[in-house]
Amino acid sequence: MSTTTPIAPATVEDLPAAPRDWMPLLLIPILILLALPLVGSFPTWATLTIAGLAMGLIIFLVASGLTLVFGLMDVMNFGHGIFVALGAFVGVTTISALGGWTASSSFALNLAAIGCAGLAAAVVAGTVGVLFERIVVRPVYGLHLKQILVTMGGMIVAEQVILALWGPEARPMMRPASLQGSFIFADIAVEKFRLLAVCLGLTIFAAMSLLLNRTKLGLLIRAGVQDREMVEAMGYRVRFLFIGVFAAGSALAGLGGTMFGLYQEMVTTAIGAQMMVLIFIVIIIGGLGSVGGCFVGALLVGLASNYIGFVAPKVNLFSSILLMVLILLWRPQGLFPVAKR
Amino acid sequence: MSAAAAEPLLALEGVHTHIGPYHILHGVDLAVAKGRITMLLGRNGAGKTTTLRTVMGLWQASAGAIHFDGRNIAGLATPDVARLDIAYVPESMGIFSDLTVRENLFLAARKGPLDSARLDWIFGFMPALKTFWLQRAGLLSGGQKQMLSIARAMVEPRRLLLVDEPSKGLAPVIIQNLIVAFKALRAEGVTILLVEQNFNFASMVGDTVAVMDNGRVVHAGVMADLIADEALQARLLGLSLDSHQ
Ligand SMILES: Nc1ncnc2c1ncn2[C@@H]1O[C@H](COP(=O)(O)OP(=O)(O)O)[C@@H](O)[C@H]1O
Ligand SMILES: [Mg+2]
Repeated sequence: MSTTTPIAPATVEDLPAAPRDWMPLLLIPILILLALPLVGSFPTWATLTIAGLAMGLIIFLVASGLTLVFGLMDVMNFGHGIFVALGAFVGVTTISALGGWTASSSFALNLAAIGCAGLAAAVVAGTVGVLFERIVVRPVYGLHLKQILVTMGGMIVAEQVILALWGPEARPMMRPASLQGSFIFADIAVEKFRLLAVCLGLTIFAAMSLLLNRTKLGLLIRAGVQDREMVEAMGYRVRFLFIGVFAAGSALAGLGGTMFGLYQEMVTTAIGAQMMVLIFIVIIIGGLGSVGGCFVGALLVGLASNYIGFVAPKVNLFSSILLMVLILLWRPQGLFPVAKR
Repeated sequence: MSAAAAEPLLALEGVHTHIGPYHILHGVDLAVAKGRITMLLGRNGAGKTTTLRTVMGLWQASAGAIHFDGRNIAGLATPDVARLDIAYVPESMGIFSDLTVRENLFLAARKGPLDSARLDWIFGFMPALKTFWLQRAGLLSGGQKQMLSIARAMVEPRRLLLVDEPSKGLAPVIIQNLIVAFKALRAEGVTILLVEQNFNFASMVGDTVAVMDNGRVVHAGVMADLIADEALQARLLGLSLDSHQ
């Protein structure tokens, strides 16, 4: 199967494409603008907005793989959080091992340290993902109840393994020297690390969009999410696609774990379970199987959680659920429902 | 093309299919002559769709043999069946609604990029596909989706086409285009197995015919004979055809 053949130009003149559904995208600026009067102070609002975007993009890294895994094979993986935890711990270990690089005042070395940590996290989580798919998920294809039980069970086992390997104590996760602290623009404090997280998240989203919209492999994944049988009846082996998507999704979750650890400057074994709730909210808001929806949903959840955490910290946990309820009242299938046959 | 029975490209022998606990096909025997259009008729629930899905490996036969070009393909996984150059147009059409018309056809062209001469040939039967080339397929009308679904099966030369009730819900002029398209495919040497409820349509395109009932083939022969024998039509096809025409 050729995977990256560009779509060949055909003989027909290129007509304008159908209008896309932009409405859900407007929710992001609307939420940002609504928050300004609530927060009151402009600099605080700006800081919270950057923090919300950074957190949202990290959630997107973790959630995007899960939404595709569900869309492609109808597999509900409640154990996805384990890749986050694994990524966070591998990240911590790598960052500490690279103490020389993180302590250095060279931005390049600092970045390289984070890069190595993220890469190690992605490789380990991706590899464990492939094993997890083979051992835990494969025997329960098509059996939803068993999937929930087995993937949760797999998560518990994996959590214990992490406990055994890294111990029960919370680990501080130091950001490298030149990524500590904030830039100050006018009165606005922007944490350097959050800026990095935003850049990384946007880059990965852009790469994923290119893959899903412009390559044969990506189109096959999207087609498979809509109608797996038809993709197979056209001669493509969806199983292989699925294993690839599962591995890539786990790797991204691992990377997200490292980034989330650095975001919180702290890693605990519970990080996976803690994030799982947000991830499910995000992929439900977005529309199961939709990467674009996952992106918008993640940003909304990240932003709302930062604004509400500031305005009314007591109801913070509740904010994401409220957001989900409101969006589902508007669009019961999520923001960008995937057209299933 | 001689009138004598051509050798079968596809032959089902005693095929049984179970869906979960249900025994749906009870020993289907069916020969699809090479280079011909074979119509598969029968009332609703007779097992026509199940037969096509069993050939495609979307359901696995629990007994019997499915010979394609002399080789038993029963038990093959669906993608491997498709890679024998067997194309399937399901009753549901299987359109990828979130992809454009172009992307739908692009994925159907498994072996390489779209061939523009062949596309133009297809657009000759299905001009709407050209008009809506860059539109999302979900925005097409039912008839246009059916066209796209059939076009996907034509975008590269295939040896066998399995088409499930293509005329369902289509306007008569579109059905005329379909007839032209199927005949053009036959002229190209493609073998076609066509499930149909519309006897008019069937009588216009079919070379040979098989009729199913209760999970078995109960009649097989030349289309012209069935057209000529109204008593046989009434016995085999009964009311279900009257309701269509
Ligand atoms: N997924 C399924 N589960 C259970 N029974 C089915 C399923 N699909 C078809 N059937 C049954 O199998 C029989 C044959 O169906 P089908 O092959 O679709 O008939 P046809 O295409 O000739 O109308 C019907 O009685 C139908 O109810
Ligand atoms: Mg049917």
